[in-house]
Formats: sequence, structure tokens, C-alpha cells
Amino acid sequence: MFSWLSEERGSIAAVIIVTLLLCLVISIIIGLKQTSYRAKDEVFGDPERTLGGWYWTLTGISSILLLWFYFSWGMARAFFPETGNELCQAAKIDTAIAPITAALPINSRYFKSTTLTRRNLEQLEILEKKLPADVYDKAEQEKLLKIILQSKQIIEIFSNPKNQSSDSIRAFETIQDGFRELSKTLRFGYEGLIPHPEALTQPKWGTDLTEIPLLPTTPRGVLLDKTSQDAKLLTKIFLKTRNNSAAADALIKTTKEMINNIKKSNESSDFEEDILSKRSAYVKAVERIFRRLDDGTIFPPSALDNLSNSVNDFFLAIAETRGSLNIIDRILVPGDGVVKSKTQCTEQGSGRWLPKPTDVIATFVKLANPDIEGGGGYKGSTLLWWKWIQIADILAFFIPDSLIDLFPGDYGRHSETGVFQPNFKDKALALAQGDIYLGAVPMLDGHIWDSLFRVIVALGLGIGLGVPLGIYMGISRFFKSFFDPIIELYRPVPPLAWAPLILTIFGIQDDGKIFLLFMVAFAIMVISARTGASGTQLSKIRASHSLGASDRQILRYVILPNAMPEILTGIRISIGVCWGTLVAAEMLAGTTGIGFIENVARVVSNYELIWVTILIMGLLGLAFDILMRWAIVKTIPWRGKG
Amino acid sequence: MSDLVCENLSMTFANPQTGVKIEALKDINFSLKRGELLSVLGPSGCGKTTLLNMIAGFLNPTAGKMSLGGNLIEGPGVERGMVFQQGALFEWLTVSKNVDFGLRMKKTPESESSKLVEKWLDIVGLQGFGDTPTYQLSGGMQQRVALARCLVNGPDVILMDEPLGALDALTREKMQSLILKLWKETGKTIIIITHSVEEALLLGERLFVMAPRPGRIHKEYNLPFAGKGLTKSLRDIKHDSYFGEVREEILTMIWDMEEEIMGGV
Repeated sequence: MFSWLSEERGSIAAVIIVTLLLCLVISIIIGLKQTSYRAKDEVFGDPERTLGGWYWTLTGISSILLLWFYFSWGMARAFFPETGNELCQAAKIDTAIAPITAALPINSRYFKSTTLTRRNLEQLEILEKKLPADVYDKAEQEKLLKIILQSKQIIEIFSNPKNQSSDSIRAFETIQDGFRELSKTLRFGYEGLIPHPEALTQPKWGTDLTEIPLLPTTPRGVLLDKTSQDAKLLTKIFLKTRNNSAAADALIKTTKEMINNIKKSNESSDFEEDILSKRSAYVKAVERIFRRLDDGTIFPPSALDNLSNSVNDFFLAIAETRGSLNIIDRILVPGDGVVKSKTQCTEQGSGRWLPKPTDVIATFVKLANPDIEGGGGYKGSTLLWWKWIQIADILAFFIPDSLIDLFPGDYGRHSETGVFQPNFKDKALALAQGDIYLGAVPMLDGHIWDSLFRVIVALGLGIGLGVPLGIYMGISRFFKSFFDPIIELYRPVPPLAWAPLILTIFGIQDDGKIFLLFMVAFAIMVISARTGASGTQLSKIRASHSLGASDRQILRYVILPNAMPEILTGIRISIGVCWGTLVAAEMLAGTTGIGFIENVARVVSNYELIWVTILIMGLLGLAFDILMRWAIVKTIPWRGKG
Repeated sequence: MSDLVCENLSMTFANPQTGVKIEALKDINFSLKRGELLSVLGPSGCGKTTLLNMIAGFLNPTAGKMSLGGNLIEGPGVERGMVFQQGALFEWLTVSKNVDFGLRMKKTPESESSKLVEKWLDIVGLQGFGDTPTYQLSGGMQQRVALARCLVNGPDVILMDEPLGALDALTREKMQSLILKLWKETGKTIIIITHSVEEALLLGERLFVMAPRPGRIHKEYNLPFAGKGLTKSLRDIKHDSYFGEVREEILTMIWDMEEEIMGGV
């Protein structure tokens, strides 16, 4: 039904963005005009100003939405829908040649060989000084020193250009030629290249779980993709290249044997435990450095010069090919850009955790779609809809089965002809178990309703029990003093601290959450009703006595209405606290509800869903508050005017 | 016989923390005939309000007894209506619902009560304000509602605890006339507590000046002004030479008492 929304998100966003820009400009112009003429009859600090002006509200809303579009890369996607795909192709090249760039001073300051040489020599120096003379005897100490010396010699051999293996020289030449070839191809241009037909059938950017389509959809993308595949082959050659020469090989071999000898002597002799651990720790440290040297990844200082130059040129060629893409990348794609990892490309930075507004709308529409089989809803339930529920089920909820057991007579038995004829008691049991059809009534349904239902039931119980108790506590010494300790002891505990206990006792279904929320609402209602009742002016009570009212009538017609403002404020606070507690409780346990959706979304890192739930919670909370404020104005208009 | 009789009334308050006893009232004796208007004056702390609360039945005297028309007073009752300084109206009810309150508690039929309410609203000058919420009324109008709410129950005695204390001078004068008019028309016994010597003189047929420590009736006057006030302008009465004389006497009396309490300034 809403597939057009899914496919055309980019164009929809473009329309919205242009509208927002217009709104922003127009509202600023109106705002400035208004300000200039209001300045004449308002002094600084005039309280009239708190009334605000719709134009600045519009400016604020447009700005925040535009910022949202911007930082979520929504603008890039709306106006340059191919950007994501092309950036993905470029990211493929970065991934393909990552091992080569790591060896060169491209993303770092030093050649990898230089870094390795420096670090290993430093550590060998330290080991030489820290040689443990107390656990190794003289002969062994000399041997260890020799190992260290030979390790240094290995580095020396690797660094000497004369000793560089001819294999590696040839390999580097091949690779650098390869890069030159690739640069040339890139500079030749991408005119005439045609994307693979399969690529054009991919879902658009952001319309599927794969954020960015992987196959190139533009000629430029095709060229970049092709280049990345060729570059991958060069990387393969590079990774295989080793700097092994005969001299180095020989030295590596003898050093290895010496290390093994010492390790063997450690294992065979009966050293005390702490001596043994000191001995093996030292030899392990020596071996660790040796292992970094024996794979031959250190090359002479200028061996990679030519390769470095050709790779730098290759990057230049890529930048030339990217052309306009560079500008879009820099201006409209704030954050870390696109990276390729394994089988997909993903947005990084704010583009990742801040979903595009249109994606959020699309996710919301999908969630709100009551057609579960058609792919709507989430985890088998939509957001807010209705369904038929059996009246029998409602009755069964209230009639316990054990009540039927108390009925006179026995349950029926099967007859000798093998037939079961239910008697009255059987039929009553069927009623208690909801097994008969009594018609159905429409009932709300969905995740939002599940959450609302819990709050409403808990709030109803909290008000129904809390207000009477609170009123009595407000007028009776006994009630006040008897119940005060109980309520004051449990009330200050943060509701969520109760959650693990309550949910364990009552289970993860509605009962547990309703009880938890009931505890929250009950305490607040008791305290507010108590404050309201005890705040009744003595003169009003005395006046009622003189007017002939009985105690019960004073309670009903004077104390209760007098407590109404406090009670309504209590309800307003209860709703807020219950709502917050509920969402957290749903995150802890449960299978439906807004908090549940957010928790699942968190686990699967679905940022759109997280934002949708956040927005729903915010809007519902706001709706509650507006409703309560309206109710307060309607029911207690005298408040603050007495 | 609906005289209000007080015999040897005493009231002692004990401070619950220190146990120190204070004699708020000691040996009060007086009787009030039906239809008399008594005003009570005195420095603060002389037990005026305590006396009124005892007659209303909100407080039980520690000694002595009170009776109204031969019946002992042992608690609040409809026959003793009370008007408070701030009206003590029920702000969640409209004007007519406030006036109707006592009738509703008695479960008077709607047809009967609505007529009574209309009638009393007319008398106190609030016709047309029946559906107005009380929090929208001015102070003077709120006191009119309080009067009507009290009178609709048909009490024998009306007790007024500084009923005009919070009103501005002009409204006050109008309300004084209203009280005199109601007194004349209904013939009710009225006890009015006030801080204003002029008001006490203008309204009181009888006047008690009370003294503190222990609270007692210091001096009693029988005055002609309330009767005159029904026909003459209240402002003219104030220019009467006798009025001025009594006023000065009472003012000096109260001044001396205050000075005694303060220890002289």
C-alpha cells in the first residue's frame, strides 16, 4: 500500500527539504519584520514576550528538521541519490589496497618497516638490560645475550639494500607497474561504461536493510568498482612478498634453535615454580620480538619509494575520477563517510546512528500498518488498531475455575455408548474457561495500546485505592500514623529498583508491570490526596458543621472537592512517572509494548526503529500532559484564584 | 423563649508541649434575649473568638454551661449559624449551590430549596449571580453569599467572627447597613465580633468590651445607635456627640489594656 513511500523516499525528502527551506526563509523574514515594529512598544524584559510568536516557532522547527536532514545525510540522498552507491565503490578501493597503504607513509607518518625497526630495537635494548641474572646461570646468560645480538643483526641484514631479495624487488616493480596501469585507466575516464543490468534492479539507497546498494549503478561507479577488483590482485602479490635472503635465513635458523634450546631446558629441569615462571617469561619476551622479525616484512629504507610514488599517484587519479563526488562527500556527508566491510557498504558516523527523517516516517508507516501478514506491524503486532475480542474470554478472566468446582454435583462422565453429554456443571466450567461463544466486542489492539492498557489499569487501581486511603490519612490520626511508615518506606525506592523483584514474582506478562506501576501510582495518589484533604481550611469545615452537614457529608461534599486540585496534580505526576517506569519495565521483560520494540531495536541496531519508538513515547507523553492540563482547567477552574 | 444564656463559662487551654495553662476565658455570665444584637470588642487575645466558637459548638468549655432557648449547647448546630471573616465559601460550587448547601445536606426537595435560595439571594442583593462561580466574586459579594448561606437555614442566632474585617471602607459601610437591615427584618439574635470600635458602636444594641488575662467581660454598654441606624444614615450617626464620647472612652480603655499587655511603649 505504501510501497511508493518506500521507493520514493529520496524524492519525498527533496520536496520536504525545499518546503522547509522556504518556511525557514519566510518565517525569518516575517519574524524580523514583527520584531522591528514590536520593538517600538516593548521594553527589554517585557513579560508579553513570553507569549512568543509563531514565526519563531516555525523558524525553530524548520531549522531542527533541516539539521536533522543534513546530519543524517538526508540532503545528500534527496538531491544526489547516486552518491551513496558511488562512495561505496570508492570505499571498495580503500578496502582493497588497505595492506599496501598500511606499509607506506600514506595514512601514517612512517614506513611500516621504519616503525617495526625502531620498536623492535628499543625493546631488544630493554630486554638486554633486564636480563635476569638470578635465575639464569652464566652460560645461559651469554646465550641469551647472543640471541638478542643476532636479532639485531637480522634487522641490520633486512635493512641493507644489498641484501634485499631479488624476488621482492621484482614483486614491487610488478605492483608499481600495476598501479601505474590502474591510474592510466582511471584517467582515461568512464565514458561508455555500462552498469550491469542486475545492479539497476537493486533496492535504492536506504530502502532495504542493506543501507547502500553494493553493485555500481553509474559509469563512474563501474570504473571505481573495476579498479578495486584489479587493485585487490596487486594487494595479493604484495602480501606474499617477503624480504628473505640467504644470509638472513641462516641467521634466523640458528637463532630459532638457540631459543628452542633454552625453552627446552626450562621444561626439562626441576626449577622452583617462581624461578621457572621468571625464566620462561623472559625467554617468551625474547621470542616474541624474534617472531616479528622472522617473517621478513622489514625492507631497506628506500625499497618502497617507487611503489609509494605510484600509489600516491593512484590516489590522485581516484580523486580526479571522483570529481564532483568529492564536493558532495565533503559538504553533504558529515561524519565518517561510507565504508565497505565484508559484503556490504554502510554509512558511518551521524549518517549511521541518525536515520533520515523519511526513513523514520517509512518505518513508522510500516509499524502502524495493521496488515501483519502484509509485512506491517512489528513482532506480530501493529502500533494501534482494533480487533474483536470474545466476550467469553473477558468473563473467563473474571470467573475462576475453582469457583465452578464448588458447585453442587459432579462433572459429567462419558456414557456406556461412549458419548459425552455435558451436564450443568460442565457447561459452567466451559463458561469459566471461555470455551463458549457469547459474541464479540471491538477492542483496541497493538503495541501502543498494550502500553497504554498497562498504564490505565495501574493508574485506575492506584487512584481507586490511593485516593480513599489518602483522604482518610488526611483526616484521621490513626490512618495517618498507621500507614505513613509503610508508604514512606517503599515510595522513595526508585520504581525500577522494584522491577526485578516484581517481575520475578508476577511474571513478565501484564500482571507484573501493572503491579509495578500500581505501586508507583498508589504512593503518589495517597500522598497527594492526603495533602489535599489535610489542607482543607478549618473555617470551611466549621461552616459545614454549622450548616448541618454530617461527618460523612463533610467528607463527600467538602473534603473531597477541596482535595481535587491536589488529586489531579497527583494523577498528572503519576501518569508521567508510570509512563517512564513502564517503558523501562518493558525493556526488562515482555513481548509487546513500546519499550519492548525499542529494546529489540537496540539489540539488532535498528536505529530507525529506536528513533520511531523515542518519537512515539515523546508524543504520547506530551498528549497525556496536554490532556491532564485540559482536565485540570476544566475541573478545577478556581485553582490559584481563591 | 429562645434566649441565649451563658453561665460561669471558663475555658483553659493547655500547651501540649510545656503543659502551661492559659485561661482564655474565666467566669463569663450573660444572657441575650431573642432579637438582640450584641457586638463584642477587645484587644487581641481577650478570648472573643473563643467565646464565639464555644457558642457555635466548635469548642467545649472547661467549666460552665450555655443554652439556647433552654437547650444545652453541646456541639455545632443549624440553629446557630456562623459567618467567618473570609466567607469560607466552597469555591467548587456556584453562588446558589453555596447558599443551597445547608438545604441539600438536609435533603430539602429541589423545588422548595430553589425558591428559598432565590429569595435569600434577592435579600442580600445578589439577584442574577446564582450561576457565578464564587471565586469570581469580590470580597463584599462573597460575604453576602456567606450571609445568605447562613440565613437560608433559618438559624435562631447568627454568629459573626469579624465578618467585615477584610473589606474596604465603602463596602464595609454598605455591609453594615445590610446587617442592620437583616437584623430588623428577620428579628434574629446576632453576635458580632469586631476590631472596629465604630462598627461595634454602630451595630451593637449591646456592646461588651472584653479584657484579657484571663478573658472576661470588662464593661457592658447599652447603645441606641443600632436602632437609629435603621432610619438614619450611618455617617450622620457618627457625628452624634454621644457617639464620639463613647468611642473615645472605649478607645482609651482598649489602649490601656494593650499597653498593659505590651508593658508600655
